[in-house]
Amino acid sequence: MSEAWQTGSAVIRDATGLHARPAVKLTKLAKRFEARVEIRREAGETWINAKSPSAVMKLKAPHLARLEIRASGDDAPAAVAALRDLIDRDFDDSTEG
Amino acid sequence: MTAPKAERRFAGRPAAPGFGLGPAVRLESGPVDAVGEAASPEEERGRFDAALAASAEQLSLLSDDADVLGAEILEFQLALIEDDELIDPVCEAIADGATAAAAWRARLDEEIADYRAAEDDYMAARASDLSDLRDRVLANMNGGIEAADLPDGAVIVAEDLTPSTFLSLDWKRLSGAVLLAGSSTSHAAILARSRGVPMVVDLGDADIDEGDLLAVDAATGAVIAAPTPGTLADFNARRTADEELNARAAERMARPARTGDGVPIRVLVNVNEITEIDRLSPQICDGVGLTRTEFLFSEGAPSEQRQYEVYRRLVAWAEGRPVAIRTLDAGGDKPLPGITVDGESNPFLGVRGVRLSLKHREVFVSQLRALARAASLGPLKVMVPMVSVPEELTTVRQLLREAVAALHAEGVTAREPALGMMVEVPAAALTAEDFAADFYSIGSNDLIQYTMAVARDAAGLGHLTAGDNPAVMELIRRTVAAGRARGVEVSLCGDMASKPEHVAPLLAAGLTTFSVAPTAVGRIKLAISEARAPGREARAG
Repeated sequence: MSEAWQTGSAVIRDATGLHARPAVKLTKLAKRFEARVEIRREAGETWINAKSPSAVMKLKAPHLARLEIRASGDDAPAAVAALRDLIDRDFDDSTEG
Repeated sequence: MTAPKAERRFAGRPAAPGFGLGPAVRLESGPVDAVGEAASPEEERGRFDAALAASAEQLSLLSDDADVLGAEILEFQLALIEDDELIDPVCEAIADGATAAAAWRARLDEEIADYRAAEDDYMAARASDLSDLRDRVLANMNGGIEAADLPDGAVIVAEDLTPSTFLSLDWKRLSGAVLLAGSSTSHAAILARSRGVPMVVDLGDADIDEGDLLAVDAATGAVIAAPTPGTLADFNARRTADEELNARAAERMARPARTGDGVPIRVLVNVNEITEIDRLSPQICDGVGLTRTEFLFSEGAPSEQRQYEVYRRLVAWAEGRPVAIRTLDAGGDKPLPGITVDGESNPFLGVRGVRLSLKHREVFVSQLRALARAASLGPLKVMVPMVSVPEELTTVRQLLREAVAALHAEGVTAREPALGMMVEVPAAALTAEDFAADFYSIGSNDLIQYTMAVARDAAGLGHLTAGDNPAVMELIRRTVAAGRARGVEVSLCGDMASKPEHVAPLLAAGLTTFSVAPTAVGRIKLAISEARAPGREARAG
């Protein structure tokens, strides 16, 4: 395994933290990339699979937590940038679509 | 073979209107794991894949009918069906010789235990979503219900119906549903209403046998087993009359309401959940007289932005018609985790409505900000529940103005909306003129309860909660008079407004604006056209 990780981070702005809807959005976005994509809470030790909604939910990342992102694979830089942007945009918080 | 039983009558609660007649078919509910030896791994894998696909299809159908938060839960469940960390271990266990059902159950139970271990309310609620998904997939592994087993025109009798079972039945071939338990607010009831399936719930321990002819009157909640020819003739006559009335009401629906003597009357609609407007044409009403916002808070306080999106959708839907939105009305019979006060000795006389909002200002201000932002897009009005003294409304207006000023300071577009009050407390009805309200909305359900000292669901006291009680009518008259004296609108948005028999007395009390359930618009307009407005001359506008 050649592990050249691309990394990034972003802060959760949603007042209720990384609850179901943002978790689903994040995993859907991560799945669009071939790369392995993982996240963890800043203080957390284990990286978890950013393509698994259940694993992302179990992070219980609260309001203002800083999420670390890492990805490895051909489209890794794009994956990290896309996830970081999504979190920075507060998951496009909208009730439509 | 015993002799057929005589006619039996049961009283349930109406959950979805209509009439149904057909043989009873009992459904046993709850998923049963397929027992026995595993078939070949290939077959078990096929069964698992098919159950996942069927579940995904059901969840997508359900989200078409769900409210915003319901859809969020369904979307989470849909995402889990494609979650490799859940699915891969199940496929591995199946390849090693486990049954699909056992492997799925084991993996989901493990995940549910993880969620429960988090010991937090939100994760516990998601654990329920996982259990629901577990059971849905298990039910689909058992092939659901074979439609061929059901006689044409059957009435389904069950303890309760899960949404997935409801959706697996071909209702075009069936006459209706009778649930011994169930509730009129369940998913199944919502689906029944949207698909026009007559449904009666909460029948209790009704003595209904497989194959009994059942006459279901879901307008009143009456269910009759083995009706006599005489009863059947009555039932069919009521059904025909109901259909004729529906046809006449449908003709009226899209026309402005006028009394028989030509007085124009405004008919607004009540919106309980934002998704109701998706299947509702704004053409049938003069606006929205009540938007309940509790649905937004069912999982805690939503963000300002999410609320704004919902309010914006409403204003856009109304196409320039006024939209009255009620601020959070929690407490009483509507507890909300983390917001309402637990363990009150008498919640109906405790911290509810505006009393709660003024205690939880951060939640309240976030709602006022969202409302003020949406008010810049159209004629949005804000109304406050459970106001008892003028100071409460004054405080709310102050908070609203501060919210608008803060938004402007942040460079956000916002406008101060009209601010009105619900009249639900007799004190407010008796002194309505003392309140600086831009409009009044009479909440007759609570007004009756507080005037008559009878809880809405108190068993055996229905005779005391009739809306036409003279004391209640007097309070309504006074409120209407106060509104007229101050030159502001008075509407009535409780259940009374949706019942045709109350139209004439309410018109006589001077009421000119009714806010009704969307399904009642046609019938109420019809009743208005057959009534007179005493003491009002017909005039334009």
